[in-house]
This record gives sequence, C-alpha cells and structure tokens, in this order.
Amino acid sequence: MISIPLEHYLVVAAVIFAIGACGFLARRNALVALMSIELMLNAVNVTLVAFNRWHGDNHTGQMFAFFIIAVAAAEAAVGLAIVLALFRLKKSVRTDTADLLKN
Amino acid sequence: MGESVVFYLLAALTCVSAGIVALSRNIIYSTIALLGTFLGIAGLYIQLSADFLAAIQVLVYVGGTLTLILFAVMLTAKIENIRTSNTARARLPAMAVIGAMLLLLGMVANSTEWPIKIAKATPSTAKLGHAFLSEYMLPFEVGSVVLLGAMIGAVVLARRAVKRDSERE
Repeated sequence: MISIPLEHYLVVAAVIFAIGACGFLARRNALVALMSIELMLNAVNVTLVAFNRWHGDNHTGQMFAFFIIAVAAAEAAVGLAIVLALFRLKKSVRTDTADLLKN
Repeated sequence: MGESVVFYLLAALTCVSAGIVALSRNIIYSTIALLGTFLGIAGLYIQLSADFLAAIQVLVYVGGTLTLILFAVMLTAKIENIRTSNTARARLPAMAVIGAMLLLLGMVANSTEWPIKIAKATPSTAKLGHAFLSEYMLPFEVGSVVLLGAMIGAVVLARRAVKRDSERE
C-alpha cells in the first residue's frame, strides 16, 4: 500500500532542515536568511505530514502544518518589510550592517 | 516500485534545490531554486496523500511567499554585483555544526522504534474543513488575527521610511 518507510521521509526532512540551518548560519544576506528560515519551516511540515500519514485516525499533523504555513506567511511579510526598512536605512541588506544597537 | 522512483526523484529535486538556495553565490539562483524546493515538497505531500495541503503549499508558497521574496530581491540587492550581494562567512564552522546535527537527526530517525500503524489513505479535504470549523475553530480565528496583524505591521514598517523622507523635504 505504501512502500516507502517513514524513516526516509524523516531523513529527507532532516536534510532540508540542515541545509536551511547551514544557509542561515553561513550567509550574510538577510534575504537568504529569510529563505533559509522558510526551508526549515517546510522541513518541519514534511515531518508532521509524514507522521500524520502513519497515524491516520485524525488529521492533527496536517492541521499543525496549516498553522505553520499561516505563521510562515506572516513571518515572511513582516521579515521582508524589515529588510526593506533596513535597506532604506543602510543601503545594504547584509546582516552585519545592522549594528545600530552596538554604537 | 514506481512509487519509490517518484519518491527518490522528488527527494533529490528538493534537496538539490535546497542546497542551491543555501549555497549559491548568486541570489537570483537562490530565489529560483526555492521554487524547486517548494514544488518538490508539494510532491512529497501528494505522496503522503495530503492532497489539500499540497494545493495550499503551491498556492501560498509558490504564489505568495516566493513572489514576495522575488520582489524584495529585485528591490534591494544589487544583484549584478555578486561579491557584495551574497557573500558568505564562517562557512566551515557552519558546515561542521550542521553535519553533526544531520548525523544526530538521521541516527534518531533510524534507530527509534516509531509506534506506527499504516492507515488507509483517504481524501483529506472534507475532513480538514470540518476540523477547521469545529475542533480548531479558535486557533483558526487566532490565525486570521495573526495574519491581519502581520499585514498591518508590514505596511507600517515598509511605509515609515517614505514618510520620513517627505518630512525632511
């Protein structure tokens, strides 16, 4: 009925999450940091939906994924507005130029 | 057999394009590769028989979030100058930390005895709609308030600089 074991989905999600975390840590561009956050949230969604497939009594995992998608959309809108404001202030979107609180 | 082939193709598409997102030096390539990741994940949802969630994934992420990010990339980054637009820092320590984390996650996923039972795949859209309007009514409404707040916040944040410029003049 379903030939791929649960572990394969979990490993794929772990790989996506690790790549997202790597991008978040290693990149200086604030936009790439936002994209990496989206990658990590998507990896969590894959995990939730995979667990839901093997516990099919209710759709709790998928409901969780919906709320994560809603919060991710809100986060993307506010995050990009912050990036735009930062760009207007500093003429750059590099995360290491956002050091107003240091001075 | 065919199911496994499709799964591995989708997994490869998702992981490779996620790698391009995180590691490409050109931010336009990163943004376009994000499309591949989102579509691959939508395919994985379909394989997990989460049909409605796959449609929402395409609608919200590809149609909304990705377009928004693409607009922000075009508006901010000096994209033609790769050196300044998308530099990396501390790549080796990041790789080391992430490699350790990936190893740990993989070991946990493979060594744990998950209490699984295979259920028959059923269409999920009607059940999800009922759940949204009965059991999850309050979180659903709170989610709409969160989205409204985020929308107002984004407008306020994005407008403030414009206002100050006109005040200076």
